[in-house]
Amino acid sequence: MTAVKVPVRAAGGVLSELSPGRDGRDLGWLAEARLKALEWVGKNGFPSRKDEDWKYTALDGILAVPFVAAGAGPGPRVTLDLINKAAIDLGGPRLVFVNGHFSPEFSRLTGLPSGAVVTTLAAVLETSPDRLKPFLGHTPGEHHAFAAFNDVFAEDGAFIHFTNDTVVDEPIQLVFFSDTEGVPLMTSPRSVIIADSGSRATIVETYAGLDGDVYCTNVVTEVVLAENARIDHYKVQNEPTTAFHLALLDVRQARGSQFASRSVMLGSSVARHEIRVRLEGVEAEVSLDGIYLPQGEQVHDNTIFVDHVATNCTSHQLYKGVLDDRGHGVFNGHIMVRHGADGTDANQKNKNLLLNDRAQVDTRPRLEIYTDDVKCTHGAAVGQMDDEALLYLRTRGLPLESARGLLVYAFVQEMVDRIELEPLRASLEALVSTRFGSGAHRVQQ
Amino acid sequence: MSAPTTTVGISDEVRELANQEYQYGFSTDLETEVAPRGLSEDIIRLISAKKNEPEWLLDWRLKAYRHWTTLTPPTWQHVSYGPVDYQDIIYYADPRPKKTVASMDEVDPELREMFDKLGISLGEQERLSGVAVDAIVDSVSVATTFKDKLAAVGVIFCSFSEAVQEHPELVRRYLGTVVPYNDNFFACLNSAVFTDGSFCYIPKGVHCPMELSTYFRINAVDTGQFERTLIIAEDAAYVSYLEGCTAPVRDKNQLHAAVVELVALDDAQIKYSTVQNWYPGDADGNGGVYNFVTKRGMASGKNAKISWTQVETGSAITWKYPGVVLKGDNSVGEFYSVALTARRQQADTGSKMVHIGKNTKSTIISKAISAGHGQNTYRGLVDIRHSAVGARNFTQCDSLLIGKDSGAHTLPYIDVKNQTGQVEHEASTSKIGEEQLLYCRQRGIPEEEAVSMIVNGFCREVFKMLPMEFAVEAQKLLTVSLEGSVG
Repeated sequence: MTAVKVPVRAAGGVLSELSPGRDGRDLGWLAEARLKALEWVGKNGFPSRKDEDWKYTALDGILAVPFVAAGAGPGPRVTLDLINKAAIDLGGPRLVFVNGHFSPEFSRLTGLPSGAVVTTLAAVLETSPDRLKPFLGHTPGEHHAFAAFNDVFAEDGAFIHFTNDTVVDEPIQLVFFSDTEGVPLMTSPRSVIIADSGSRATIVETYAGLDGDVYCTNVVTEVVLAENARIDHYKVQNEPTTAFHLALLDVRQARGSQFASRSVMLGSSVARHEIRVRLEGVEAEVSLDGIYLPQGEQVHDNTIFVDHVATNCTSHQLYKGVLDDRGHGVFNGHIMVRHGADGTDANQKNKNLLLNDRAQVDTRPRLEIYTDDVKCTHGAAVGQMDDEALLYLRTRGLPLESARGLLVYAFVQEMVDRIELEPLRASLEALVSTRFGSGAHRVQQ
Repeated sequence: MSAPTTTVGISDEVRELANQEYQYGFSTDLETEVAPRGLSEDIIRLISAKKNEPEWLLDWRLKAYRHWTTLTPPTWQHVSYGPVDYQDIIYYADPRPKKTVASMDEVDPELREMFDKLGISLGEQERLSGVAVDAIVDSVSVATTFKDKLAAVGVIFCSFSEAVQEHPELVRRYLGTVVPYNDNFFACLNSAVFTDGSFCYIPKGVHCPMELSTYFRINAVDTGQFERTLIIAEDAAYVSYLEGCTAPVRDKNQLHAAVVELVALDDAQIKYSTVQNWYPGDADGNGGVYNFVTKRGMASGKNAKISWTQVETGSAITWKYPGVVLKGDNSVGEFYSVALTARRQQADTGSKMVHIGKNTKSTIISKAISAGHGQNTYRGLVDIRHSAVGARNFTQCDSLLIGKDSGAHTLPYIDVKNQTGQVEHEASTSKIGEEQLLYCRQRGIPEEEAVSMIVNGFCREVFKMLPMEFAVEAQKLLTVSLEGSVG
C-alpha cells in the first residue's frame, strides 16, 4: 500500500484488521472493498483546489489535523438534554449516534409500521452483511478521496428499509452527535435508505457536537428509491465551528419516484454538502433546496450533481446563502442531461446576500446538455441588502439592527417555509432569527 | 411543449442541404515564401530576422518560447481534438516578401479576385463604404488603405510588423501588457512565433473617423496562423474595429492561435467586432480550423469602455473568451456573442469580466445555437474583486438546440468578494420552438426559412450591436451555416 497523505490514525477498528494487507488469505468482500478504497486514496490522494469540484474550498485545515478514526463507545459528556437541545425531538422514531456509533440509550425505535425496518449498519453487518454488498462493496473513489475514506472506516450508521407501499407518517430522526473531548476524531457514519416501490417516508438528519471540540464528520448517506417511492429528506448541519463536516448524499431514483432534500447549513469551520442524484427511471422527480449561512470564518460548500439519464424527469434546485463577516459560500450545481433524456425539465437557482465587506461567494451553476428536447434554466444572483427596503423599515421606526435582521429573515423565509415538519420549522426559524440578531425574532412576534 | 411523438421536427428536405459545399471554399495560389516545418529557437530567430526586428522583441519571443517548452496543452476545455503536432507546422509564410503596396492597383490581381469571390472587394469597400481595410493574407499585410486619411488625425493603423519598424516605442510599451507572454499555452506560443497582425493607435481625444477593418484569411497549405493585434486608445479616444474571416477548404486541420490586446485609457472607448467564419470541416468532422484565440481588453483608465461583439459560425473548434479587465473606476465591459455550432463543430467560448475598479459595470449576452452534432459551451467568469466597490454585472446566456445529437453547456463562474457587488446570471436552454415553427409554416413559410427566421430573432440582441454592414453579413452567414447542417 502506498502512503496515505492524510494522517488519519486507526484507533483499533477496521484499519488495524486491514493493516497486514494482502497476504494471500481471503479477506471477504468487505475487507477487500475497504482495502481497495484505501489503496485508491493512497494512489490518488486528496482533492486540491486544482480540482474543478474543489476549487473554492481549501482542505488544508482538515488535512493538517492528525485525526484519529473514531471507535465505538459513548461520549463522556453526552446527555439526553444535550441531544434534545441539538435536535428537537419530533416524537417519532429516533436513532442517535455518538461519534458515528449507535447509542441505544438515547434512541427510540417505537411506532413503526411492520413494513419499515429501521436499524443500524453495525447490526446489519453483524447479522446479514451481504445485504450491504451493493453499498459498501462498490468501486471506491468514484467520487473523491473522502467518499473512499468513508468506505474504509464506515462501521455504523442508519440502515432503513421500507417494503412495498409502506407509508411511515412520522418522521424518522437520525441524530449524529459528536463528543470527542480533546482527541481529534474522524467519524465516518454511513447510512443506507432503501425505499421499495410505492413506499413513503420522511428522514431528518441532524449533525451537532460540543463547542470547542475539534473533529471531522465524514458522512455518506445512500438513498435508493424504487418505482413511485417518495422520500423527503431533511438535513440540519449545526456542528461547532471548531469541527469539519464533509458529506455525500447519493440518491438513485427509479420510475416515478420522488425525492426532496432540504438542507440547512449553519455550523462547522469548513462544511461541504455534496448531493448526487441519478434519475434512472422515467418521470422521476427531484427537488433540492438549501440555505447556507456562513459567518465568522466559516466555509459552506454546496456541491450538487443531478444526472438526467431517463426521459421526462424533472429536477429543481433552489439554494440561498446569507454571508456575513468573513464567511465564504460556495454553490457548485451541475445538471447533466444525457443523450436521449428527452422531455427533461430542469432548473437551478442560487441567490446570495452579502452582509459584510469581507464575505465572499463563489457560484457556479452548470448545465451540460446532450439532447434537444429539454427545458433547462439556471440563474444566479449576488447582491447586498436593499437600501430602499431598509430605509422603508427605518422610517417606520425600526432600529437599524432589527430592520436588517428582518430583511435577512425575509430572504431566507422562503426556504424555511418549505419545511413541512412544523416543529422542525419552528426550531429552525428560531435558529435563523437568533443568528441575524434578535431584531427579526422580536418583530416576528 | 408538445409530446415527443409530434413530427414537426426538421424535415428531410432540409437534410438534403446537409452536404452542401462550404460556399466560400476555394484556394488561390500565391507565391509563398515558407520556412521549414517545425519550431525551434532557430525558427524564431529566422522569423525575427526576416522581419528585421529589434533585439528586445527577439528576446521577448525567445523568453516566450522557452516558457512555452515547459507548458503542456490544457485539458479542461469542453472540446476534443486530436493531438496537434507543433513540429509539423510551418511557422512562417510570406505571400509578398519583397514588395510593399501603396495603392489598390498594385495589389495582386489574383488576390483581388479572391476577395471578390468572398464578396468583399477591396476597391468597392474603399469607394462605397468608407472602410479602411488592412487585408491579411497568410501572415503579412498586403494592402492597407485610407492610411493617409487616418494619418491626418494622428491615427496609426498598420500591420504589426510595420508598427515594430515605425513605432517601436509604442509597441514595446504596450505589447504583452494585457496578455502577458506566459498567459496561457496558446498565447505563449503566439508570443514566440507571431508573424503579423494589426496595430492601431488612437491618440488623445481623437474620434477615429472611420471604422477600421481587417480581413483575415488562411491561405498557404499547413500554415498555422499566429496573428497579433494591438489596439491602443488614449484618453478620450474612440475606435470601432471590425475583424472578419473566411477560409478556404482544407483537408488538414489548421491551427489559428491569435492574440488580441486592447488598451483603453481614461474615457477611451474601443468597440471590437468579429465575424468569424473559418472553414468548419465537413459533415463528418474532417478538416476545419482550430480557432484558439486569446482576446482581452484592459480598461485601465477611468470611465474607459471596451465592448466585444462576436458572431462565430465557422471553425471546427472555437475556443476563446474575450474579456475585459475593468481596472479604471467607472469602466465598462461588454460582451455580445452569437456562437453557432453545426455539423460536428465544437465551441467553448464566453467572456471573462474582472472587476477591480470602483463602480465598474459589465454586461454579457451570449446566444448559442447547436445543430446537428454541434457542441456549444458557454464558459464565463465574473470576478468581483474586493476593491471593486459598487460593481455590477448582468449575464444572460441562452442556448437553442436543433437536433437530438446537439449539445449545449453553460458553465459560469461567479466569484464575488465585495458586498456591494451586484451580479445577476440567467441562462436558459431549450429546443427550437415547435409552436413557433408550426406558426410560420401555417403561414406558408418554408420550414428552413422559418428556422432561419427564428434563429435570427433569437440572436437579434447581439446583431444590433454590430456595425450595419457586419450585421447584414452576420445574418447571411448564420442562415448559410444553418442551411448546411440542420437535419
